[in-house]
Amino acid sequence: MSGLRARLQELRRYPSAIIGMVMIGLLILVAVSAVIAIPYQEAVRLWKGDEGVWEASPRLAPPAWFNWFSREQSPRTLVLDSAADPDTRQRVEYEDGEADVTITLAFDFHYDRFPSELAVFLTAEYQETQPFAGLIWRMPDGREFHLPARSLPERSVYSISKDDEVRWQLGGLTPEVGLFAEEGSDPPRVLKGRYELVVEGLTFEAASDLDARLVVYGQVHGLAGTDHLRRDIMVALLWGTPVALIFGLVAAVGSTMASMTIAALGAWYGRALDTAIQRITEVSMILPMLPILIMVGTLYTRSLWAILGLVILLSVFGAAQKVYRAMFLQIKEAPYIEAARAYGASNPRVVFLYLIPRVIPVLVPQFVSLIPAYVFLEATLSFLGLGDPLIPTWGKVIEDAFRNGALYMGHYYWVMAPSVLLIFTGLGFAMLGFALDRIFNPRLREQ
Amino acid sequence: MLGSKEEQPIATVPLVSTAGARGARDTVLRITRYASIRLLTLLLTVVVGVYLTILIANMGGYVDEIRRAMIREGVGIALGADEDFVLLPEAERRRIYDEMMAVEEVRLGLDQPFPVRSFIYLRNALTLDFGMSDQLLSDSMSRVVRLIILERLPPTLLLFATAQLILFFGSVFTALYLSQRYGSLLDRAMVALAPTSAAPGWFYGIFLIVIFAAILRILPFGGMVAVPPPADRWAYALSVLRHLILPVTAIVSSAIFQAIYYWRTFFLIHAREDYVEMARAKGLPSAVIERRYILRPTLPAIVTSFALTLIALWMGAIVLETVFLWPGLGRLIFQAIGMFDTPVLVGAVVIYAYLLAVTVFVLDLVYALLDPRVLVEGRKAA
Repeated sequence: MSGLRARLQELRRYPSAIIGMVMIGLLILVAVSAVIAIPYQEAVRLWKGDEGVWEASPRLAPPAWFNWFSREQSPRTLVLDSAADPDTRQRVEYEDGEADVTITLAFDFHYDRFPSELAVFLTAEYQETQPFAGLIWRMPDGREFHLPARSLPERSVYSISKDDEVRWQLGGLTPEVGLFAEEGSDPPRVLKGRYELVVEGLTFEAASDLDARLVVYGQVHGLAGTDHLRRDIMVALLWGTPVALIFGLVAAVGSTMASMTIAALGAWYGRALDTAIQRITEVSMILPMLPILIMVGTLYTRSLWAILGLVILLSVFGAAQKVYRAMFLQIKEAPYIEAARAYGASNPRVVFLYLIPRVIPVLVPQFVSLIPAYVFLEATLSFLGLGDPLIPTWGKVIEDAFRNGALYMGHYYWVMAPSVLLIFTGLGFAMLGFALDRIFNPRLREQ
Repeated sequence: MLGSKEEQPIATVPLVSTAGARGARDTVLRITRYASIRLLTLLLTVVVGVYLTILIANMGGYVDEIRRAMIREGVGIALGADEDFVLLPEAERRRIYDEMMAVEEVRLGLDQPFPVRSFIYLRNALTLDFGMSDQLLSDSMSRVVRLIILERLPPTLLLFATAQLILFFGSVFTALYLSQRYGSLLDRAMVALAPTSAAPGWFYGIFLIVIFAAILRILPFGGMVAVPPPADRWAYALSVLRHLILPVTAIVSSAIFQAIYYWRTFFLIHAREDYVEMARAKGLPSAVIERRYILRPTLPAIVTSFALTLIALWMGAIVLETVFLWPGLGRLIFQAIGMFDTPVLVGAVVIYAYLLAVTVFVLDLVYALLDPRVLVEGRKAA
């Protein structure tokens, strides 16, 4: 084993190995921090996106850093909540229990582009009679628009963007444009300045009250943007990292170790065991792995861990089995094995302590190079719609993007971020693997 | 898809042939015996593999329940639409309903228990009689699985043959060139690029589509021919060619650098053999050295690897064809899985198993012909 350490020391001489290790280190860091920052249950909940989880984020918004490369600034999402800020509220009570509740939500808008949507989330408390509210939109140039008044159930959403009446008032402009445009500008230009939404509420009971939350949806969002369900893609990018690493690592280590152990046992005991292993390997080589994985994913289970187990099972009796067997058959004849038997070493002792450790150095580079193949296998399965339904992964983001026509509609950020991460992971392991290959296989070393 | 990275360069072949002394008849006999044993083993392997596939594709018989439910629904709808039937008494309706169910079940062979049927399926599959598909149709609206598969085979062959040929000859000859110019800038650049092959072809496909189809808009997003297909034969060929560029580029770019690296290292090792040094010392031109002293002894290994990449890439086709909407076998498998269409699925997998078995068999024979040692030592090298 000290030989192994000495060889690993040699890694320092290869720049590609160092770059690869730095890349892998970064990924591990991201993976660990992702798991700490967003616990598993939370990640599942966020990605499932139940009602209300993503209501305040825009649909299909590119990342916020897109603004750095553009002269015109796209708005970020603004959320103004009367419940969070008591200063926005004014309450005037009358003797008969009725009260005027005036909520003024004011904000500065200095972006060059229009918001993507506009909505007010209204909540009300009451016993029997619903409060009543009128909404007024005040623009920086003093114009005022009266939005339709309404009585308020406990929770309601008023999507101003979808209100045809407002649209008609604005002369056909969509509300999120018309309510932010300079008067008479064509094409519409953004009017910069301080906007106000005034909610003039009337409550009819002593304990009755209301609150309003205005969401001005931006055109950019966060570090990674959002998808068609308003989900922040960053969640999947972060959580995809540990999933990809674990899947790649476990599959590579599991299949290599199992395959090697079985090959060693077959080569050592020979006879029926060896024949059986050889036949199983041949059958398994005939079976196409991907179609079987797809079949199992479609018909039985999509759990990531079940698929992982199956991948290992299918690869154990793969082409590598034959290579290992050939190696062990050779080593079996070595004098040190004969010496071990001469002093009475048991069969398991020979297999696990003398045969297997001998080939591990040869396998280290191979197994590092195998990791990216499995990382991409997971992405491939996810891409085919067979990813784990609960856990967000990179492949699933790519699949969502493809299925929703991201390439045709120009939402490149949606495809690019997970793809870049995949290739980053693949490159990291592949670079390390290539360097290891040169160190452990002297025949490949440049003479 | 995982296999191609695992094989090791096969040890050098000394030019001394131990089989030379034996008679030609003896050799033919030997090859025939060897070939027939190989063929038998492979056939047996295919049978077991196909049977396993049938079990998996039918979910151990569970797909039958789905089929039965579909029959029940179909019969129910057919009878419900019949006005006379609705007026019949309850018992009579029940009887007619059960009768029609039974007829349908017999028609589809569902009256037999699954273990029995699984062997009928096996026999049919092995004789390439795949029966009718459950859902999928061929372009001519046929349900015969063989027709559906035959229709999808040419596009797959076109795509992968083109890509494979470019990939194989491109990488072998580039590698041969590089092995003679070891350590040059180009050589080092190729070695540095080798890790890019960690990503599969469909992955490069996405980038190619983004760049050439979505942004530059000079090549089509996918498909095999323009819609509607051009009537003129030349225009048709040209359109197919245009659609071929991106998927072929995706396949080639995903594998070429790794292949070049592999072959370069391989040739480098062989270029250091004593007999090559000897030829160099004799002053032979480098083209002759390359062809006669490096390529010839390494031919068995090159052929093996060629066959193995053929097989490996057939598998990657499922996603690649889906990404590029290529109407080939891979996309068919994907569609069949989505529709629980087991006959089509089994048909495709059987075709694959046969392809693989034939490849392995041909490989064994070619091996025997190319490497005299194989004749002597039996099937050790396989």
